[in-house]
Amino acid sequence: MLDVDKTTFEAEVLKAEGKVFVDFYGDGCVPCAALMPHVHEFAEKYGDKMKFCSLNTTKARRLAIGQKVMGLPVMAIYENGVQIDSCVKDDATVENIEAMIKRHIG
Amino acid sequence: MSKLYDVIVLGAGPAGLTAGLYAGRSRLSTLIIEKGQDGGQIAITDEIENYPGGVEGDSGPSLIARMTEQAKKFGAERVSDTIKSVELEGEVKKLHGYKGDYEAKTVIIATGAFPKPIGCKNEGDYVGKGISFCATCDAAFFEDFEVYVVGGGDSAVEEAMYLTKFARKVTIIHRRNELRAAKSIQEKAFANPKISFMWDTVVDSVEGEDMLQAMTVKNTKTGELTRIEADPEDGLFGLFGFIGYNPNSALFEGMLDMEHGYIKTDADMHTNIEGVFAAGDIRVKSLRQVVTAAADGAIAAMQAEHYLANK
Repeated sequence: MLDVDKTTFEAEVLKAEGKVFVDFYGDGCVPCAALMPHVHEFAEKYGDKMKFCSLNTTKARRLAIGQKVMGLPVMAIYENGVQIDSCVKDDATVENIEAMIKRHIG
Repeated sequence: MSKLYDVIVLGAGPAGLTAGLYAGRSRLSTLIIEKGQDGGQIAITDEIENYPGGVEGDSGPSLIARMTEQAKKFGAERVSDTIKSVELEGEVKKLHGYKGDYEAKTVIIATGAFPKPIGCKNEGDYVGKGISFCATCDAAFFEDFEVYVVGGGDSAVEEAMYLTKFARKVTIIHRRNELRAAKSIQEKAFANPKISFMWDTVVDSVEGEDMLQAMTVKNTKTGELTRIEADPEDGLFGLFGFIGYNPNSALFEGMLDMEHGYIKTDADMHTNIEGVFAAGDIRVKSLRQVVTAAADGAIAAMQAEHYLANK
């Protein structure tokens, strides 16, 4: 799983080929920390079919807001530079996240 | 073939972790099932100062980390799963999760509660886009911006104080003309130059393109509506809701005696089903705090032990 930042987000996520999973997290976001190990498991399980990235929004606030992320956690799927699906806050349960991934690995 | 536990604890907040600790220490085979983060509601609060014997400057997460460690030390197992349905009658209680099925001779329900929505029009469209119920998760997005906090109790005022570390201005919106929060907290809030108040006010509706940019508030006494827009240079603002909680009891509807969604128990945490106990905020009770949740968890675990010993 690749941790991106404000300098690499464009190249690794927006300009990537195929679908990219992005875990938006932040310092002090406890629900985000609780989900991280599960997301890592999904990256192991589905990493050959989809690219998995994470972004620390505390260090990339303007970028996050630019991506319409103003509340955590957010688990999103990107394609061609656009967010095509997401699980936000209380909807970001382990089950919903896995279901979202499965919807997009075709 | 799944293992038949002596005790399954549903929820790893303070009630569940304490139940796990006491059950484990009594050498009962114990499984704690949690769908999210350990600690429940208290895990997202920056500071907890009224837990007896608590450490100065302790945060919710750090207190919970110590409880988790303790439960583990005494042998309680833990699994991450969301329970979809339960069968609580009979000798063997069955819990069906997304990842597996679990069986136990006793169940301690410690599923706690989730934040009440603010109740304004279009609220759902802006959760995560300006509306939040977790200050520790989202305060950083509003650094140097303005935020509003709905509520008048301890949580609202404490989280408003936390937000002043990030936002340039915090306005508490309360539907009455005096706060319900403990006096010591009120004093700190009134003395904080970054905090101001809108009394007798509720949020009627929210709006904005892709993110929260404006809202309409209503005076509860006069009915007058006032529109508030984001500062043009900011382009957005935050709206945090701390107006109480709803019990996580949907799983047990029709099975357990409840009152407004809270599970009824006797003084020893017994529900109306043999071998099924409830602990913490999920119960009908007068005071919902970490300390009372922990006490419930301990009582429930020892009652489960007593029940098993006498079968």
